[in-house]
Amino acid sequence: MHAEAALGRSLAGFGLIVLALVVAAFAKDAGFAAHAVIVGIVGLAIAISGATSFDPVGAARKALRMPELSSRYDDDPIRWGVIATMFWGIAGLAAGLFIALQLAFPVLNLEPYFNFGRLRPLHTSAVIFAFGGNALIATSFYVVQRTCRARLALPGVARFVFWGYQLFIVLAATGYLLGVTQSREYAEPEWYVDLWLTIVWVAYAAVFVGTILKRNEPHIYVANWFYLAFIITIAMLHIVNNLAVPVSLLGAKSYSAFAGVQDALTQWWYGHNAVGFFLTAGFLAMMYYFVPKQAERPVYSYRLSIIHFWSLIFLYIWAGPHHLHYTALPDWAQTLGMVFSIMLWMPSWGGMINGLMSLNGAWDKIRTDPIIRMMVMALAFYGMSTFEGPMLSIKAVNSLSHYTDWTIGHVHSGALGWNGLITFACVYYLVPRLWKRERMYSLRLINTHFWLATIGIVFYAASMWVAGVMQGLMWREYGPDGFLVWSFADTVDAMFPMYVARAVGGLLYMSGAVVMTYNVWMTLAGKLRDEKPMSDAAYDPEADRPITTTPSTVPAE
Amino acid sequence: MTFYEQLRHFADSYFLVFMFLVFLTFCLWPFRPGGKKHVEDARNSIFKEDHDG
Repeated sequence: MHAEAALGRSLAGFGLIVLALVVAAFAKDAGFAAHAVIVGIVGLAIAISGATSFDPVGAARKALRMPELSSRYDDDPIRWGVIATMFWGIAGLAAGLFIALQLAFPVLNLEPYFNFGRLRPLHTSAVIFAFGGNALIATSFYVVQRTCRARLALPGVARFVFWGYQLFIVLAATGYLLGVTQSREYAEPEWYVDLWLTIVWVAYAAVFVGTILKRNEPHIYVANWFYLAFIITIAMLHIVNNLAVPVSLLGAKSYSAFAGVQDALTQWWYGHNAVGFFLTAGFLAMMYYFVPKQAERPVYSYRLSIIHFWSLIFLYIWAGPHHLHYTALPDWAQTLGMVFSIMLWMPSWGGMINGLMSLNGAWDKIRTDPIIRMMVMALAFYGMSTFEGPMLSIKAVNSLSHYTDWTIGHVHSGALGWNGLITFACVYYLVPRLWKRERMYSLRLINTHFWLATIGIVFYAASMWVAGVMQGLMWREYGPDGFLVWSFADTVDAMFPMYVARAVGGLLYMSGAVVMTYNVWMTLAGKLRDEKPMSDAAYDPEADRPITTTPSTVPAE
Repeated sequence: MTFYEQLRHFADSYFLVFMFLVFLTFCLWPFRPGGKKHVEDARNSIFKEDHDG
């Protein structure tokens, strides 16, 4: 680093420390002060890396055995993204397992920082935004470069996007534990963390769009359409849903710009489209690039992918009101949400069929290639949860399922089955390519991961179906005297076996992720496991010879 | 009529029809005459030469 740049860097870091200390000293509440201290620590790291020869990022790069920048493409932010995806994945799954155990065994609620109410948003944000978000940012940077055949635009900004996003995650997660929340589902971070994410997100959009603008390929491949829809829509949703007025510029608390049912509708317009554009469009982008690449055949129908794209975009945005059935929301808006949710079934299944049929003529790869197997299972779960979702949005069904654990089961068949498995498959695809290895350390361990994850999801979804239907039926059961048969506590008591079964499912799923971490770690270390290949045509050297028992006839003279 | 009512009547009449036509145009665009070649090129574009590295 040049001396002037280093000096500028340490001055900037020092300025950040001073600012953070002043804010912490005058903060209105402990949560805001704690966050100022975290920002101060970031400033300290920047100052140290500028003032001394110690380079924390460079040291970590060496420890993680990242190859030097020999690549034609700018892959360093992607390598960091893959590592962060793995790290936050384990953290989020561990939090999920812990809160599942808390529901079965309430004694595990450790007041006040580690009770269910604070850990639950930590779990959802960690798996959706930390694990999923890092996977989306990393794969989008990978795919946009390959499909545009151009290096990342604005490489410095791309690095800011990665580190800025990690800071957002840390601020959000620590905030939840300290009780800093706006209590909007999937949008819990308070106003200042939201502002920071807005800055990071605009930078992300700039890098992505900039790379598309300098592309060397005339056509923009369909995966990039999905990534772009994800980036733009999340920006819109995030800004509108988080419109709020802070009580003090030095305090964490804020109040929403909307009131009453408008506030609820804005929240679920955001909430459902976070599902639609973060967990669906973004991951479909991964599907449209990595499934054809791993299968080594093009997508089944490019025209279908375009219809899939536009139908998803035009329909998803209206489906949010199905989260507010039988509430103060006007009836027509509830019905609108339900109708659009049912219509969404078509593009969802169109996309699933498009992904699965890309294997047309190569179905044997499911047997021989564990990564393809994982992708196919991910698409199968995408199909299952996008069938279940429209079904649950029907008012009559929703009157049974709403507020029960059926919803939780539905979410997890989508999140664990679709988002989790497709992300794992993409990471398995990326790691050997990014670290210049021949293959993953072990393909058989990928297979182990596949089965642990699949059995885990079956445990999870099945127990939550039973729990949810039982809960719904118990809540609505009237006796002949016209009184409810069950008290709420009875339903909680009846759920105990299902809660334990769900925790077992979570444990299995997380064990799979631990196996994966080991596999990735060994691949980074440059090791190859000596193992029998996944598939081999039978070969018997004994039989591989001409028939010698009957002597051949002597050729005629 | 309030401004809100004017907007919502516009939204569920002319603009609804307009959006539906836009949607149909986008969906039918790859089926235009002569579009097949472009679609096939785009479909195979991710396999052009070596993309890794």
